[in-house]
Amino acid sequence: MSVPLLDVENLTVTFPTASGPVDVVKGISFSLGRERLGIVGESGSGKSMTGRAILKLIRKPGRVTADEMVFDGIDLTAQSERDMRRLRGARISMVMQDPKFSLNPVMTVGEQIAEALVTHKKLPRRELRARVLSMLEAVRINEPERVAKLYPHEVSGGMGQRIMIAMMLIPEPDLLIADEPTSALDVSVQAQVLDIIDDLVTGKGMGLILISHDLNLVARYCDRILVMNSGEIVESCKAGDLHNATHPYTRGLIAAMPRMDEDREELPVLDHSAWTTGAGT
Amino acid sequence: MTALRTWLLDDSPASRLQANLGRAWRVWSALLRNPLAVVGGLIILVLVVMAVFAPLIAPYSPIGQDLANRLTPPSAAHWMGTDELGRDIYSRVVYGARITLLIVTMVAVIAAPVGLVIGAVSGYFGGWTDRILMGVTDIFLSMPKLILALAFVAALGPGIENAIIAIAITAWPVYARIARAETITFRDSEFIAAVRLQGASAARVILRHVLPLCASSTIIRVTLDMAGIILTAAGLGFLGLGAQPPLPEWGAMIARGRNFILDQWWVATMPGFAIILVSLGFCFLGDGLRDVLDPKQGGKQ
Amino acid sequence: MTQAAIELENLSISYGKTPVVHDVTFSVAEGESFALVGESGSGKSTILRAITGLAPDWTGRIAVLGAPRGHAPDRAFAKTCQMVFQDPYGSIHPRKTVDDCLAEPLAVHGIGGRDQRVRDMLAAVGLDQRFRFRFPHQLSGGQRQRVAIARALMLEPRVMLLDEPTSALDVSVQAEILNLLKKLRREQGLTYLMVTHNLPVVSFLCDRLAVMRHGRVVEIADAEALKTGRLADPYSRELYAASGGTLQPA
Repeated sequence: MSVPLLDVENLTVTFPTASGPVDVVKGISFSLGRERLGIVGESGSGKSMTGRAILKLIRKPGRVTADEMVFDGIDLTAQSERDMRRLRGARISMVMQDPKFSLNPVMTVGEQIAEALVTHKKLPRRELRARVLSMLEAVRINEPERVAKLYPHEVSGGMGQRIMIAMMLIPEPDLLIADEPTSALDVSVQAQVLDIIDDLVTGKGMGLILISHDLNLVARYCDRILVMNSGEIVESCKAGDLHNATHPYTRGLIAAMPRMDEDREELPVLDHSAWTTGAGT
Repeated sequence: MTALRTWLLDDSPASRLQANLGRAWRVWSALLRNPLAVVGGLIILVLVVMAVFAPLIAPYSPIGQDLANRLTPPSAAHWMGTDELGRDIYSRVVYGARITLLIVTMVAVIAAPVGLVIGAVSGYFGGWTDRILMGVTDIFLSMPKLILALAFVAALGPGIENAIIAIAITAWPVYARIARAETITFRDSEFIAAVRLQGASAARVILRHVLPLCASSTIIRVTLDMAGIILTAAGLGFLGLGAQPPLPEWGAMIARGRNFILDQWWVATMPGFAIILVSLGFCFLGDGLRDVLDPKQGGKQ
Repeated sequence: MTQAAIELENLSISYGKTPVVHDVTFSVAEGESFALVGESGSGKSTILRAITGLAPDWTGRIAVLGAPRGHAPDRAFAKTCQMVFQDPYGSIHPRKTVDDCLAEPLAVHGIGGRDQRVRDMLAAVGLDQRFRFRFPHQLSGGQRQRVAIARALMLEPRVMLLDEPTSALDVSVQAEILNLLKKLRREQGLTYLMVTHNLPVVSFLCDRLAVMRHGRVVEIADAEALKTGRLADPYSRELYAASGGTLQPA
């Protein structure tokens, strides 16, 4: 196997609280090639923190420690904030949940996408413009010329998220971290957006970390899946093998979801005592 | 003590009283962890103690004249010196605390509820109610506080009661504005919709559900405004329109001392110092309260 | 024929000058669980708000248990019909304890025996008594939604309007709340009108569904049609496929 794109060993994220420090991510390890990795978990499982920790976006007083966090030969743990800023966007990008909060309300869409590119690479104006328009086309926006002139409040949620993706992918990063990229969108738009991400990622041979609470969605769009629960990876499997999952938590999650052809009188409820050994809740 | 604390901090209180006391305790202990708030609180505490026990603390009568000892500088006998009628300035400052506290409390008691209710009603109903009430509020807001107060006192006649009324009349519009802004953010929230669906009347929704949410930001604002109120009261006193002689009102005392400011600096400086200290005290406390009660952090604490 | 729990006839709703819902007609039988399905902006939540009086700008006819509805919330209506909101974090007063929250509807209607009623209701929605005097920030999302359901049930309504009651919750918590809703309906013979975008949830909890798009109902179908993938309208089928269902010929 080739050298992995990202290698994480024993990653821990700690937050101090009134009753002592709490590990929200408890020493997890995984590696990622140029493939699509899904991280699934419920709220509080540490999945988003994992994504942010890779980009070193955990704010104080949170603390990130790892035995090893290597991205394409670069030791992320040793990078200064300045070095990280150069890496973010250019080589590792992140798409967040709600485009409304991620786009600058007083800049046009075109300007923002251009900005994302210019920060990392100097380009002549005309070429810049062409790149922006072709990127908007790549995320399947029909009239790129018109959309580029719009302000964020003038676009719909689905289009906003596609613009975010355009912004994140235009510097051609090697790794895209998508944190619940479609939870704010309608189901039909969800599929469109994920298809776009999927096309671009596979087309360019990038790595993708898709963070979501939705098991089915991750299973559909990823090659491999990590299931997280209270800061630990409880299950790691191929997407196709998800329904043969072994860990009681994963099995519980799958069972707790209503199905389209539901005929159960009652949904099975997760019994946490099945895998937690201590007195935790 | 430990038992009491555990009881207060219990995650599953057994009664309404315990729940509310527990909440109050959390606010209180958060306030104690804020050094500025503690300093401010101590200053206010000293003010209150001075006001309550003035006869015990002041060594002389605040109005007893001693013309033989006019304008003596600070000394062991007169810590802050004496004024032009030989009255002990320290004693007058101590008694002055009563007047200051009275003004501040009365203004807060009159202005805050009026402003809260007007603002909440205005924000909750919107439309014409809002336009009319806010129009009135804006008229009051657009006039400089001291000038408006001056006009009222001039019309009502000088005196401490009228000064209080005048200041209260100029103080409420700010609270109305705050309450309105807060109310508008809650008005369309689901928890208000839920109460409305239960058949609660508008009055009940406003009094029981909207006002408690505006309360903390108003308390913060009132505390921060206390300094301004004290200064306005002192200004009125300085202009001879507030407390009348021989009442030891701090502002009036400064006005009297103005004549001697170059040669007998202590006559004007001592009450001025008291005003600054108490104003600072309220500002510190207000800042501390904001850190603790701010609605943006309300969900967490 | 039994009386319909909810009847909508040619209902059109607008917000200000913008029409949101056009000419919707359907009725929900007593004891039935009916779902309104569609994407955001389809006007499904607006229908619930019009029934309750929170969206007063409508024309047509709304009747609940045979009584025509006015254009504002009112006291008598409160005892027949209540609503559970989507966001358990926004639907509970942040400065009031669970006890206050549940006792409030009783106080509004001057109903006595509050202490006992609150205790019984907590038990009915599966909340331990030790939660009774907690503030909302001391509760998890699922616990809050139980409180919201309890609050809606305090006045013993016969019709419940559910606005995406589980969409803000984790999968495992969603299962608990769905079970609870199903149990309550069975025990108390409630009528549900539920708004959701989640088709599998409809399949679990509802008997019939109406699919909405752009403010119009495009199809009304039995849950059976949903379970077997035999929805007729092209848009319904599109929605069904996007939700991960396998289509069958209609």
